[in-house]
Amino acid sequence: MSTFSKKHLLGIKDITSDDIELVFETADNFKAIINRPIKKVPSLRDITVANIFFENSTRTRISFELAQKRLSADIVNFSASSSSVSKGETLIDTVNNILAMKVDMVVMRHPAPGACVFLSQHIGANIINAGDGTHEHPTQALLDAFSIREKLGSVRGKKVAIVGDITHSRVALSNIYALKKLGAEVMVCGPTTLIPKYISSLGVKVEHDLMKALNWCDVANMLRIQLERQDIKYFPSLREYSMLYGLNKERLDKLDKEIVIMHPGPINRGVEITSDVADSKHSIILNQVENGVAVRMAIMFLLAGRG
Amino acid sequence: MSSRTILEKKQFLVAIDRLCYELIERHADFSNTALIGLQPRGIYFSRRIHKRLSEITANNKILYGELDIAFYRDDFRRGKEQIIPSKLNINFTVENKKIVLIDDVLYTGRTIRSALDALTDFGRPSKVELMVLIDRRYSRDLPIQPDYTGISVDTRANDKVKVEWKENAKQDLALIVTS
Repeated sequence: MSTFSKKHLLGIKDITSDDIELVFETADNFKAIINRPIKKVPSLRDITVANIFFENSTRTRISFELAQKRLSADIVNFSASSSSVSKGETLIDTVNNILAMKVDMVVMRHPAPGACVFLSQHIGANIINAGDGTHEHPTQALLDAFSIREKLGSVRGKKVAIVGDITHSRVALSNIYALKKLGAEVMVCGPTTLIPKYISSLGVKVEHDLMKALNWCDVANMLRIQLERQDIKYFPSLREYSMLYGLNKERLDKLDKEIVIMHPGPINRGVEITSDVADSKHSIILNQVENGVAVRMAIMFLLAGRG
Repeated sequence: MSSRTILEKKQFLVAIDRLCYELIERHADFSNTALIGLQPRGIYFSRRIHKRLSEITANNKILYGELDIAFYRDDFRRGKEQIIPSKLNINFTVENKKIVLIDDVLYTGRTIRSALDALTDFGRPSKVELMVLIDRRYSRDLPIQPDYTGISVDTRANDKVKVEWKENAKQDLALIVTS
């Protein structure tokens, strides 16, 4: 069987479809492990991982932490707000100081696109990108594709619509790369202002009418409006956005088929998705969260195993 | 490179039959016993044992599982090859059961050490036994010995013992390859 081709997980763009399949097969094992009474294996007992978060996170951070604990790794957590970064230390200095304490792997979230790539050129530890600005969020894309594979049997040939703020979403970009590599058809849907002009060069369809997108797709991945990254107004009001691009029960009922609803979290209930849809049987939002731990265990196991 | 055959088609059948009867001697009706094959290479042997044992005893309820030990190996990050896990398939609890671990070749004993660790994460068995098709004697790194042995062979450290099965190669064949 093949081995994982990269030393780091910086983005989905750099890895192959074989790498993704390997992550999925490994994650199947870990999913079985986290569902048994003893949810822990000793694989990473001699590894120390630093979780370095320069941006807020709930799900990703807890998911990584749990994954590390279930692999028996030692962990240190670092968040920018309570650190020397506010005293003017550079990124490389911060990370090198952490590595000097004998850390083998770094999980980093950073607001600047490419921060992890930059870091990988300067330090020796394995790096996992937990989100770099509006660029990539590879582990989210892997767990999304893993969840589609689990729900629908495979990703190949499936039609996936990614709806919402495509411009500011790292989840959208990583998802597009992952889904295309696995042979799915991808459509992005949202207001013109929130869809990058050249997105179709990635081989995705573009649609501005939500109902058309929903009628086309097997899976709808609803994204949050990233207000914190928007420096200007991209649409008149959240209420108008919600009326045009929010997924509600009425719209779902109008479809003559059942589609799978996904959301990477955090949800803004009533904006991109209503509560009755988010909590419905079509939604696999909490499965995504569960799978996140298994997929992250797989990534760390495979990267650490390369030595 | 030369090779010497140690087991062929007929001898496989004889060895598997004998091992099944040894199991029956010690486990009687298998009501509290489970057979567990070790991934990736031990499962061809363990599936044969399970199949033949079910035929001989006319009992199709003998518990059977397959255990993967990738996450428990002691050479993680130490070898040249990346460790890739195989499928795990144990759909019963091992708590208070007699477990027979089954692998094709016993050499250093490190795989079995890992398997014992992996097994205890599924519960506390009342007893664990070990069955191997081929025991490479005098080569153990750890104090582990088989309870049921197909054949014992003496080998040198740089010899390789290869086991082929109809299921993954053309024929049932066990060889010692000397380089």
